Amino acid sequence: MMTRPLLTLSGINKSFGPIDVLHDINLEVYPGEVLCLLGDNGAGKSTLIRLLSGVHKPTSGTITLADKPAAFASPRDASNAGIATVHQFGGTFPLMSIGRSFFVGEEPKKGWGPFKTFDRKTANDIAVKAVRDLGITRITDGDRLVGGLSGGERQALAIARAVHFGASVLILDEPTAALGVKEAAHVLRIVLQARQKGIAVIFITHNVVHALTVGDHFAVLIKGAKAADFRKGEKTREEVTDLMAGGEQMAELEAEIKSYMSSHPV
Amino acid sequence: MSDPSHKLSIGSLLRRPETGSFLGLAAVFVFFTIFGGTNFASVSGAASWLNVAASLGIIAIPIGLLMIAGELDISIGSMVPAGSMTCAIVSGHFGLPIAVGVVAAFALGALVGLVNGLLVVRTAVPSFIVTLGTLFAVAGLTLGLSVLITGTTSVSIKAGPEAKFLLGHFINGIYQVTILWWIAAAIFWGFVLHYSPYGNWILAMGGDKVSARNAGIPTERVTIVLFMCSGMSAAFVGLSQAILYNSAQVSAGQSYIFNAIISVVVGGVLLTGGYGSVVGIVLGTLTFAIVNQGIYYTPFDANWASLIIGVLLLVAVLMNNTFRKMALSYTPSRNPSRKLK
Ligand SMILES: Nc1ncnc2c1ncn2[C@@H]1O[C@H](COP(=O)(O)OP(=O)(O)OP(=O)(O)O)[C@@H](O)[C@H]1O
Ligand SMILES: [Mg+2]
Repeated sequence: MMTRPLLTLSGINKSFGPIDVLHDINLEVYPGEVLCLLGDNGAGKSTLIRLLSGVHKPTSGTITLADKPAAFASPRDASNAGIATVHQFGGTFPLMSIGRSFFVGEEPKKGWGPFKTFDRKTANDIAVKAVRDLGITRITDGDRLVGGLSGGERQALAIARAVHFGASVLILDEPTAALGVKEAAHVLRIVLQARQKGIAVIFITHNVVHALTVGDHFAVLIKGAKAADFRKGEKTREEVTDLMAGGEQMAELEAEIKSYMSSHPV
Repeated sequence: MSDPSHKLSIGSLLRRPETGSFLGLAAVFVFFTIFGGTNFASVSGAASWLNVAASLGIIAIPIGLLMIAGELDISIGSMVPAGSMTCAIVSGHFGLPIAVGVVAAFALGALVGLVNGLLVVRTAVPSFIVTLGTLFAVAGLTLGLSVLITGTTSVSIKAGPEAKFLLGHFINGIYQVTILWWIAAAIFWGFVLHYSPYGNWILAMGGDKVSARNAGIPTERVTIVLFMCSGMSAAFVGLSQAILYNSAQVSAGQSYIFNAIISVVVGGVLLTGGYGSVVGIVLGTLTFAIVNQGIYYTPFDANWASLIIGVLLLVAVLMNNTFRKMALSYTPSRNPSRKLK
């Protein structure tokens, strides 16, 4: 890659009290590229992206955004810097309307002085359009409560919000986990659209097909350390699958299952 | 009141947080008009429950907002007498101008709220426990300091005509001026919760505090400010009562705790946060006050009022749950008369 990295992590460590979660992570994220962050459950993927979105601060190490040191004190700092994140769980508010939930923390206003009011109509229109652009065409009324949507529709709402506000970096933590085949395809298309606009995308997934479809660059975490860092085409699908399973030989596992099945006929 | 340009229809009305409380109020009003006769609905009858509703309502709204944000403040039970005593000691016992006493009471309310807020935010101990602690601490401090400074538990205070006019007189001889302050408070908080962007923050915090913080809301600051507002509101009710009755007592306020919570819950606020409206809280407060005072206009013994309030609370919660479910399951696409955009 010829361009300079947009986001650079160097020597990042993170521990929660006595628990060391991340060890010495070095990573570069380029604009207009999709970085797939892979790894087993508990490998530290979500923790890593929480550092980038201002939820946690690294114990040591530095994050650089567009050549400037970025020490985010809060999620607001990160979003002001153009980083938008869809976290693994939550992100929407069941008892709020679609329009209100979409704009939490970024409310559109109208009126003047101390009497600025929440602009419900604008919020509803933008939110509904953004979700429909993701392919969820069943949503037509921004006044509907989020809790009445399906899990996938709620996920799409959270993603639509991040796409709307993610100016330079878009982080998606398992965005396709709750989605059907069609909706997942829509999300992958959105990821590619963002990439085309020159946005740096960090995409966490446990789905090999999804990862290989959109990824330009792959980083694998195993037990909090970076175990592999490679570009598209440098590894076969089998190798990637092995790495995602925490480095265990998938073939060994398959053989094990096969011998179990043959010794326990149904 | 929640959103200005809602299309009005039976369906949209039923989906609002205050629907249940409106029906409850109507039922209670009809009940007491039938059994309380003309006296209950008369001008002086109305004054008796409006006066009770006003001071309760000024406290219930910020308590309701805290509840919508997922917190609870029961220290107001001590903050009312503490505000009362502070004002009376400063302006009555020490004879300083009444404005100084008022400011001192507000400052104390803000301070107690700040302590509550900081403890809740920093320790992550549930706010019920934190404010249970400050409820007792403030009660003890009020009693101890009052006896230490004045030697008694009851202090008299003489307010000038301006202070009396603003905070402690009866309009037409029967309506407490606090009713007007209650209306002002309801308009102010209604604007904050339903029209200003901050309302969105409060609703989001009660819905999912972690996601709200992740979305960039300064959740800790909002929590602290809300606790300070509830402390100051309780102090306001205390000081205005001292000015109205020309005296302050150490113990007069514990009943506000349950009464405010009942008003808020009857008003359609979800106990676990994230849902509710200021109109609902106002209606809930009126309902509570009508039962509380209306019983005296009926032939029934006043002891039955608690039974009615208890049943009312349970019925209101069940009704509010039903209406909330209706709001959640509402899908316009099932309605063919509405076109897609
Ligand atoms: N706030 C915290 N305090 C203590 N330990 C934590 C905290 N957050 C995460 N951990 C620990 O860090 C490890 C990594 O968690 P993380 O959520 O980052 O994993 P992950 O790679 O996202 O896994 P998954 O694929 O299951 O989402 C886990 O062992 C978890 O218990
Ligand atoms: Mg995770």
